[in-house]
Amino acid sequence: MLPAAILIVAAAATWAHAKELNLYSSRHYQTDEALYEGFTQATGIKINRIEAKEDALIERIRSEGQNSPADVLLTVDAGRLWQADQAGLFQPVRSDVLERAIPAGLRHPDGHWFGFSQRARVIVYNRKTVDPAGLRTYEDLADPRWKNQVCIRSSSNIYNLSLMSALIAAHGEQAAEAWARGVVANFARPPQGGDTDQIRAVAAGACGVALVNTYYYVRLMTSDKAADREVVEATGVIFPNQADRGTHANISGAGVLKHAPNRDAAVRFLEYLVSGQAQRYFADGNNEYPVIENEDPSPALKSLGSWKRDPVNVAVYGENQAAAQRVFDRAGWK
Amino acid sequence: VTTPHAAGLERSTAVMEAGLGATPGLLGGDGGTGNGPATARLLFGALAAVISVLVVIPIANMLLQAAAGDRGTVAHLAETVLPHYVVTTLWLILGVGVGAPAIGTATAWLVTMYRFPGRRLFEWMLVLPLAMPAYVIAYAYTDLLQVTGPVQTTLRALTRTAPGVWWFPEVRSVGGAAAMLVLVLYPYVYLLARAAFLEQCVCVLEVSRTLGCTPWQSFRRVALPVARPAIVAGTVLALMETLADYGTVAFFGVQTFTTGIMRAWLSFGDPVAAARLSAILLAFVLAIVAVERLDRAPARFHHASGRYRHLPRPHLTGAAAVAAFAACALPAVFGFLLPAAVLVTMALEVDLPGRLDRYAELAGNSFLLGAVTAGLAVMAAVVLPYGARAMPGPVPRTANRVVGLGYAVPGTVMAVGVLASAAAVDTALDTWTRTTFGVSTGLVLGGSIAALVFAYLIRFLAVSLNAAEAGLAKIHTSIDAAAQVLGSGRMATLLRVHMPIMRASLYTAALLVFVDVVKELPATMMIRPFNFDTLAIQAYNYASDERLAEASIPSLAIVAVGMLPVILLSRTIARSRPGTARCDRP
Repeated sequence: MLPAAILIVAAAATWAHAKELNLYSSRHYQTDEALYEGFTQATGIKINRIEAKEDALIERIRSEGQNSPADVLLTVDAGRLWQADQAGLFQPVRSDVLERAIPAGLRHPDGHWFGFSQRARVIVYNRKTVDPAGLRTYEDLADPRWKNQVCIRSSSNIYNLSLMSALIAAHGEQAAEAWARGVVANFARPPQGGDTDQIRAVAAGACGVALVNTYYYVRLMTSDKAADREVVEATGVIFPNQADRGTHANISGAGVLKHAPNRDAAVRFLEYLVSGQAQRYFADGNNEYPVIENEDPSPALKSLGSWKRDPVNVAVYGENQAAAQRVFDRAGWK
Repeated sequence: VTTPHAAGLERSTAVMEAGLGATPGLLGGDGGTGNGPATARLLFGALAAVISVLVVIPIANMLLQAAAGDRGTVAHLAETVLPHYVVTTLWLILGVGVGAPAIGTATAWLVTMYRFPGRRLFEWMLVLPLAMPAYVIAYAYTDLLQVTGPVQTTLRALTRTAPGVWWFPEVRSVGGAAAMLVLVLYPYVYLLARAAFLEQCVCVLEVSRTLGCTPWQSFRRVALPVARPAIVAGTVLALMETLADYGTVAFFGVQTFTTGIMRAWLSFGDPVAAARLSAILLAFVLAIVAVERLDRAPARFHHASGRYRHLPRPHLTGAAAVAAFAACALPAVFGFLLPAAVLVTMALEVDLPGRLDRYAELAGNSFLLGAVTAGLAVMAAVVLPYGARAMPGPVPRTANRVVGLGYAVPGTVMAVGVLASAAAVDTALDTWTRTTFGVSTGLVLGGSIAALVFAYLIRFLAVSLNAAEAGLAKIHTSIDAAAQVLGSGRMATLLRVHMPIMRASLYTAALLVFVDVVKELPATMMIRPFNFDTLAIQAYNYASDERLAEASIPSLAIVAVGMLPVILLSRTIARSRPGTARCDRP
């Protein structure tokens, strides 16, 4: 009786694998529905999804081991891709399509993971109270000139951790800590809320400057609420460090998992993500920057201007993450 | 009069007669009065043992992990941020530990013992904040009170001032977090205390009045001590939920011990450090529970009476009625009506994201998970204390404390333990079938609804257990003896004597677990199957994408799904005072 039941379960499991792709994703944007539907329409492969935070997904894949049904892990942060890779969860993928389309700094050298869209971390300032002339770099935010002016979210937020990791890569841990102390001394209020809250606080005059991801700002630009557009009119955007190493950017990226039961479908999915169609979904759906050269960002995002990216390989966001949190903790950045 | 021992002068004849013959030996000793009771006792003991072991596995898993070497993360946290986290946590505990029992007990006493305008409405409205997840009420109040919110904006416009000129209480603060938690957690105390007040005997109160107590004195010196197990149980639940909370405090930027646990895991990628910190948290909870138990150790809280009379419920008039009205209206307004109104306003601003049938599916999933888990949790909550009652001794009693610990651990940490345990079972099964039959079973438990419900049980067993134990503690062991003498087996005693008496407590247990499951986020997110979402997941997805207006729609749906049983059950609970169906109806 029991063996029969087990055989049935096993057979059902094998049968279920036909023409499917199992995706573990930490993207949580409602516009992604169209992205996934586009793949199913193009290939006939159905996508099964579990959406959760990266850390939960990584832990789940790890504990499922060789029986894991997951084919692809899709994240919104390079640091977590690095962590998953450190845990040995990915397998290498060789694909001319992917290697041609994606710049080297935005993918793993051996094809363990690839970046498919970018977001920049920019300075937002209040047009009325702040003269942007002296504000050109992340480093400037530590200048005592900005005392009681800086609004930013918590240090455990992954976007801040990645930024700090990049600063450590650029200046070393000690200098990065001195910078963090300077910024903490300039806080207008203790870190709280999300990026959108910081933008609104800048517009309301509760602070002069804030650091936020581009897509949150562009979402307010394209909102049909009058209050949101007033926020945009009251504020300006600066791409930091254009005169030197470039602005800090993070990626949304994915890799094929080591025990993927549907490897071919998984590679096809990654290749689909660099197609013009999928890149438009990233660009128009969530206002992210496409990674391929011949696709433009959405009109609103484009209106912020073109910018130079810090060319450091995004893997350092993961390598330096623990050091980054230690620096923040020592500097008293909540 | 101050000791609960004195409770009850009148005794029903049956209890009186059996009570004389009731000895501990008859109940808990050899039990050799025939095969029936002995078999039933073994059954309960065995069932209780199986449940305890199953529930303890993931907790043990976590503790074992804590024994491995960490990478200096704990030391770093202790040197830098942990002291601050501990202080914040203590403030939160103080706020919730005082606020929740004060509001919960006062309102429960008022609606149970007095008549005043709105009493019948408040009876169930006071439970409604329970349906409001703490993180959702935090969104609502932040939207209302933050520097860019309507209240401050209007004040600034009226006074023509810039931000920061006037002091305004910061909602995103320790005080704000404590207020949010008190507002949504006081119903735990309210429900359990109300069940206790409904199950209490009027005679004790009458005796206290005969002995010269004022109404306030008989409340403070008689009713309150007798209801202590229930009030403490509710408060402990509120405190455990406070300790495990991450959503609210993270949103407010308030950093607690749980922040430390999550930071160890998320920022430092060090699960061992997270497990160690969790173990410290558990030790702290165990210590609180143990101190409380020791403090009341010699006291028993049984009702000596087997007869229940209708509660007298005097009418309040004038200032007393106004005060009672206000005391009940404030928690209901600030815990439910106001935040619900804010959410509705937010929801009206946006188009319904997604299709309506999608919401029906999500609500169905949430409801089903809640109902199944509530049923199982109540069954387990009857079996466990019953096992301990049938087989006295330190082991079952300790086991019942340990199985409740899951509630104090951050949901994510507990979910990791469940994942690891499910994976261990799957791997063992898979290896066995591979070697024996040459086929792979893949994942059987992992990613299944069964694993998810198991995770819920581990998290929320404390809730049903505390509620049921508080009910069972009121039943004098002489009633067991009386039933036995009258030829009732243990199972029949449970079904025909105990269950009807503790009906209010069991309904309360089911209600609390149901609502908790509908609100649950971290374990659901981590363990659920493919293509399976709940309302809480949907709300989280929008909120984490900083679309709070869109998040208000699934949040309202959570509240609606949670409200349904709140309203249904709270009426049943109010009517469930034992004996009222048969006698003393005015």
